[in-house]
Amino acid sequence: MTEPTATRVHFYQVGSFAVGNRLLSADDRTVQSNPARTNSIDSGHRACQGCGEALGARYALDAAMRATNDRLVAVNATGCLEVFSTPYPETSWRIPWLHSLFGNAPAVATGVAAAMRVKGRDDVRVVGQAGDGGTVDIGFGTLSGMFERNDDVLFICYDNEGYMNTGVQRSAATPPAARTATTDVVGPEPGNVFGQGKDLPRIAMAHDIPYVATATVADLHDLERKVERAMEVRGARYLHVLVPCPLGWGSASSDTVRLARLATESGLFPVFEAEDGVVTGARRIRRRVGVEEYLRPQRRFAHLFNGAGRPDVVARLQAMADANIERYGLAPDEEE
Amino acid sequence: MERPFAITLDVGSSRANHTGSWRVERPVYVDRLPPCNDACPAGENIQRWLYHAESGDYENAWHTLVEENPLPAIMGRVCFHPCETACNRAQVDEAVGINAVERFLGDTALAHGWSLPAPGPATGRKVLVVGAGPAGLSAAYHLRRRGHAVRLVDSAPRLGGMLRYGIPAYRLPRDVLDAEIARIVNMGVEVGLNETVTDIAAAREAAGADAVFLAVGAQLGKRVSIPAGDSAKVIDAVSFLHQVADDDPPLLGRRVVVYGGGDTALDAARTAKRLGATDAVIVYRRNREKMPAHAEEVEQALGEGVTVRWLSTIERFEGERLVIEKMALNAEGFPEATGEFEELDADALVLALGQDTDLSLLAGSEVAVADGVVQVVDSMMTDVPGIFAGGDAAPSNRTATVAVGHGKRAARGIDAYLAGRVDERPARHALAEAGRLNTWYYADAPRTERPELERIRRQTNFEEVIGGLTEDNALFEARRCLSCGNCFECDNCFGVCPDNAVMKLGPGERYAFNYDFCKGCGICVAECPCGAIEMVPERI
Amino acid sequence: MLQQIEGSRAIAETVARCRPEVVCAYPISPQTHIIEAIGAMVKDGRLTPCEFINVESEFAAMSVSIGASAAGARAYTATASQGLLFMIEAVYNAAGLGLPIVMTLANRAIGAPINIWNDHSDAMAVRDAGWIQLFAETNQESADLHVQAFRLAEELSVPVMVCMDGFILTHAVEGVDLMDQELVDRFLPPYEPRQVLDPDDPVSIGAMVGPEAFEEVRYLAHLRQLDALELIPTVAAEFAALTGRASGGLVHPYRLEDAETVVIAMGSVLGTIKDAVDARRDPGERVGVLGITSFRPFPIAAVAEALRGARRVVVIEKSFSLGMGGVLATDVAMSAPWLGQRLVTVVAGLGGRPITRRGIEDVIERARRDDLAPLTFLDLDEGVIARERARMSASRRSGPFAENVLRDLGSATEARR
Repeated sequence: MTEPTATRVHFYQVGSFAVGNRLLSADDRTVQSNPARTNSIDSGHRACQGCGEALGARYALDAAMRATNDRLVAVNATGCLEVFSTPYPETSWRIPWLHSLFGNAPAVATGVAAAMRVKGRDDVRVVGQAGDGGTVDIGFGTLSGMFERNDDVLFICYDNEGYMNTGVQRSAATPPAARTATTDVVGPEPGNVFGQGKDLPRIAMAHDIPYVATATVADLHDLERKVERAMEVRGARYLHVLVPCPLGWGSASSDTVRLARLATESGLFPVFEAEDGVVTGARRIRRRVGVEEYLRPQRRFAHLFNGAGRPDVVARLQAMADANIERYGLAPDEEE
Repeated sequence: MERPFAITLDVGSSRANHTGSWRVERPVYVDRLPPCNDACPAGENIQRWLYHAESGDYENAWHTLVEENPLPAIMGRVCFHPCETACNRAQVDEAVGINAVERFLGDTALAHGWSLPAPGPATGRKVLVVGAGPAGLSAAYHLRRRGHAVRLVDSAPRLGGMLRYGIPAYRLPRDVLDAEIARIVNMGVEVGLNETVTDIAAAREAAGADAVFLAVGAQLGKRVSIPAGDSAKVIDAVSFLHQVADDDPPLLGRRVVVYGGGDTALDAARTAKRLGATDAVIVYRRNREKMPAHAEEVEQALGEGVTVRWLSTIERFEGERLVIEKMALNAEGFPEATGEFEELDADALVLALGQDTDLSLLAGSEVAVADGVVQVVDSMMTDVPGIFAGGDAAPSNRTATVAVGHGKRAARGIDAYLAGRVDERPARHALAEAGRLNTWYYADAPRTERPELERIRRQTNFEEVIGGLTEDNALFEARRCLSCGNCFECDNCFGVCPDNAVMKLGPGERYAFNYDFCKGCGICVAECPCGAIEMVPERI
Repeated sequence: MLQQIEGSRAIAETVARCRPEVVCAYPISPQTHIIEAIGAMVKDGRLTPCEFINVESEFAAMSVSIGASAAGARAYTATASQGLLFMIEAVYNAAGLGLPIVMTLANRAIGAPINIWNDHSDAMAVRDAGWIQLFAETNQESADLHVQAFRLAEELSVPVMVCMDGFILTHAVEGVDLMDQELVDRFLPPYEPRQVLDPDDPVSIGAMVGPEAFEEVRYLAHLRQLDALELIPTVAAEFAALTGRASGGLVHPYRLEDAETVVIAMGSVLGTIKDAVDARRDPGERVGVLGITSFRPFPIAAVAEALRGARRVVVIEKSFSLGMGGVLATDVAMSAPWLGQRLVTVVAGLGGRPITRRGIEDVIERARRDDLAPLTFLDLDEGVIARERARMSASRRSGPFAENVLRDLGSATEARR
C-alpha cells in the first residue's frame, strides 16, 4: 500500500498541511490558496457558523472546477447544503447547479452526464452531491444504480453523520452512541445503537467502480488531490467527505476543522482511496489520539463522560477505531 | 436564457445577504513578539530575517539582520543563542538552528561582499567609544548609521577586544573577525589603537567628543590565593588566551590543569590541548549539571580529550603536583569540603575563575561603580550626562551578544541624549506563547546537525571546529521557523473560512477580513498555525 | 405509411422519429414493449445520437430524465401504474422545474390488490402534478399525440404525459399510419431549452422558494396550463394540416349535434361508446359522445360549449376517488354547473374489467329513463358485495377484503392449486 501525500514538495515550516505556502510556485499550490479560486459556493450563504459542509463543498467543487477547466455542472440533493445555498431570491452558487429532490441526485446527475455525452460535450463533467442522508439512506438506491451503470459522475457525500437540516435526526451514517433527536440518551443504551449503519465507501467499492475515496475538511491537500484524481477518471466515482456539524454535534463552531482532524487521528474516520474495488492507499495517522479526545468536545457524546461516564461504551468506540487502523493500515510510522 | 421566476436564480446573488450581522465576536489579526526575538540580547528581529531566508533571499535576510547586529558571521559562531533556548519549536521537535543560519548569512555576506548600510547624514556630533570589543564595535556601527562621528580607541594593538583575545581561533577564525570589523571601520570610524584611556574626562575633552561610550570589558583574570612553590607555573586564562591570540603562547608543558567551570576554562583547556598538552584537565568544584559553561562547549571539550575532575578544589600546587580536595554538594547544592585529598600531576595551572573590569580610568569622575561594574540606566547612561557604558563593564551576564545589544542601546541612548530627547522604546507586543500555536500545520522536520570536523583534526590545530551549513540545509533550517505570533501568509485563514470572508491581499500584504460576511465562527483563529488571529467581542 | 403494428411498437417507432436524446427504461407492464423496442433501436444504431439508460427504478427513470432535460437534451420515458406512483415525487418535480419531458403512461390499475390491467387510476393520481395529460383513443392517435407532445412540451416548457390504455392499446395490433422521419422533422423542430445547465452561462436551477413567492410560482405554472389550452388546438390543427389526421386537440365531439344525452369518456373506451351511440342513433335517439383528449389542462370552456344543449350527461370513467366518486365527472360538473343532478358518473372497467357495447347501451338506456344513480358502478357483482358485507359485520376479523372477495368468486382457491 502506498502512502498518498498531497505534494512531493516539502517545506518544513508548514509542510504539506497548511492551505498555502508562499514559497511554492502557483501551480503547486492548493486551489484554495488562489485568490482567483472559483468560490463555487459564495459568501452570503446561510449555513451555520463554522459549517463543515459549506467548507467541504467549496473545497471539493473549487478543486473540481480547476480539474475540469471550469467545465462543471453540479447536481445537489435536498438538504442543508441546498437549503442554505439557494433560498429565493439568492443563490450562493457560481457554477451551473441543479437541485431536484432528496433521493435522486445520483440519477439526475446521470441524466446530466447523458445529455452532455449525447450532445458531444464530453468536456463538461458532472458532480452529484448530497449529505449523508441523501447518500446512504434515501438516495442509496439511485446511487447504487449510478455506480452499477458506471455513469460518468463524481458523487460526493458530505457526511455530517445525521439529518441536520431537519433538526438532527439519526441517519445510517450516525455513529454508535451519538445522541440525535431520534436516538435520545435515555434507556440502557443511550444514543444511537451499535451494530447498525452503513459503511458507504466500502459499499461503493463493492460496485467495482473505478475510484472511491474518503477525505475530511481537515486535510485540504488530500481532498483536492482526490478530487483531481477523480476527475482524471471516467465512470462512476465516489468521494466521501467528513464534514463536522457544530449544530448537530454540539461542538464549538471554531472546532470544525479540529474535529475532522481528530476523527482521522483517532482512527474513527479512515481516510483512504480505492481503485476498481481495491484499496490503493491510506493516509496514515500522524499524531495518534484516543477516541476520547475526539468525542469529548462533542455534546452528542456528553453522556459518555457525565458523572461516572460510560467507559464501556468509549471502549467499544475505541475498538471500532482500532479495527479501522488495523483494516486500512493507518498506524503511524513509528508504530509499525 | 429565459429564467423561470424564483425557481432559477442568477449566480452569486447571495452576496446581497450580509451574514456578518450574525456575528457576536470578530476575528482580528495581531502581531506577537516571537520568543526568539524576545530572548535575543542583541535585539535581533530573528523571525523577520528567517522569513527572508526561507525564500532563499539571503541578501534581504542579511540586511534585515544587520539592522540590529553588524556582526552576524561572528555571532553565528560565538553566540550562545538564547533564542534557540526560547524557541517554541523545541516543544514540537527541536529548536530552530537560528545560530547556524545566522552564521550562514554572515559568511554568505562576506563571500559576496555585501555592504552594511551607509552612514547617516553627518550630524556634526562626535562620540568617543572606549574599547573595541563587541559592545564598542556595535555602538560605533549604530552611531555611524545615525550620522555621528565616532572615535573608537582600544589599548590593544588590534580591534576586537575579547572576540579576539578571549575567544580561540578554532571557535572564531580571525579572517571572519577581521572582515566584519573592517566593514564597520569602513563606515568612517576613526580608530585609535594601543591607546589606553586613563582619565575619561580628559580623553573626552581631547577627542572633542560630545559623548562617551565606555566599553572597556573585563580583561582582568581573577586570581585566588593558591599556595604554590616557586617553580609552579601559574597563569590566568585571560592572559593565556590573550598571549595565544598574539601568537606568543606561553610554554605550559604536557600536563595542564585548568581551574574553573566557565566557558573560559573550557577555552583554556581546549587551547592547551591544541598547543600540545597531552593532559588537559579541568578541576571544578561542583558537578556537570552545575557547571556554568554551555553544555555544547563541554561536550566538544570532552570529545577532544579534555578531562574534568568534578567536585574538586585545588588545595595547593607543589612543584609538579597539585593537591586536590574532594567536595560534596550539600542539600542546597553548594560544594562542601570533605577533607579527602588527592594528588594530580601538573606542569602548569591555568586559573579560569572569572574576570574583573579595570575601571581605573573613572578615578576622579562622578561615574558610579558598584560590584566592580559601572552603573547605568536603561539608555546605558551613567550618572554623568553624556557618559554611557556597556558590555562587560556594565551589569550583564558578559556574553558577546549582550555586549552587541548594549552597544546598540547605548547608540540609541547617545543619539537621544545628543538630540536632547528622552530615549523612548516602542511598547513590546505580547509574547507569542507556544500554547497559541496550532502546531499541526508544521511538518515534522528534525534540526539539521552542523557538520563537525573530525575530532582528530581538532586536537592538533586551530582550524574551526564547527562547520557552516550548506545553502540547502540553511534553507531547510530557516524553513523550520514557526513564525510564532506573526502571519507568514500560509493561507490557512483564507482557506478554512466557510464563508469566504477572508481576503488575500497579495504577497507581503497578508489578509483582511470581510466583515460583511464573517459570521464569527472562529475557525480561522483555531487553525492559524502561528497564533496571529484572535477573537474579540463584537462592537455592538 | 399505414401498417399493421402493435401499439407499443407504433409508439416506439414514432418516439424514435422524434429524436429523443435520452431515453430511460425501467420495465413495468404494460409499457415494457415500448422501451424494449426503443432500446433495440438505440443499440443497433437506428436511433442515434441517443443515450438509452437502463435504470434501477421508475424514480430513477424520471430523475435521469430531469437531469437530461435540464442539461438540454430531449428526454423520454414510459411507465405505468405502480411505476408512476414510485416516481411521483419526481413527476411533480419535473413539472415544477418546467422541464419538457415526454412520458408515455400505459394506463393500469393501482394495487393493492395488485392488478396489471387497464384503468385510469394511475393518471388520476398525478392529475395535480402540473403535467399536461393527453388521452389517446386509438393507437393512431396515441402515436400522433407523442409527436405533438414533444412540440407542446418544448414550446411551453411543461412536461407532457401521453396516456394510452394498457393492453387495450399497447398490446393491440392494428393499422397505424406511422409518420416518416421527414414529416416528423417538419413538425418538430430541435429542442431549444428555456433554461439549461451550461458552464458558459451558469444558473442555479431548483431554488428553495418560501411563502413570499411560492403562490406566485404555482399561479405562473397554472397560467402555463392555460396557455396550453390555447396551444393544444393550434398544434393539433397544424398537425392535421400536415397529416390530414384529426389527432389531439382538447376534445373530440361525436354526434353531439342536437344530442340530449351526452356520454363523456377518455381513452380507448370511446371507440366502444361510439359504437353504442351509433347503434342508438340509428333508431333516432338523440345521443352523442364527448371524448376528452386533454384532461390536464382541463378544457372547461370547450366542454361547456359541447354540453350546452345536453339534457343529461353520463361520464363513464375508469377510475374514481374513493369516498367521493368520479374524478372526471367532478371536472365536467365544474365546466357545466347548470347540469346539476342531470350529470351522473358511471365507474367502469376498473382493473381491466371489459366494458362492452351492450353494457354501455344499457347505461345509455337507463340514462334516458333517468334511472341511473348519481354514482353507478357498471357490472358490479352485487351478490359478492352483499356476502362480504355480511361476513364483515359478523366478525371484526373477517380477513382481507380482497382475498375474501376472490374466495367468494372461487378464484383464490383455484389460484392456490
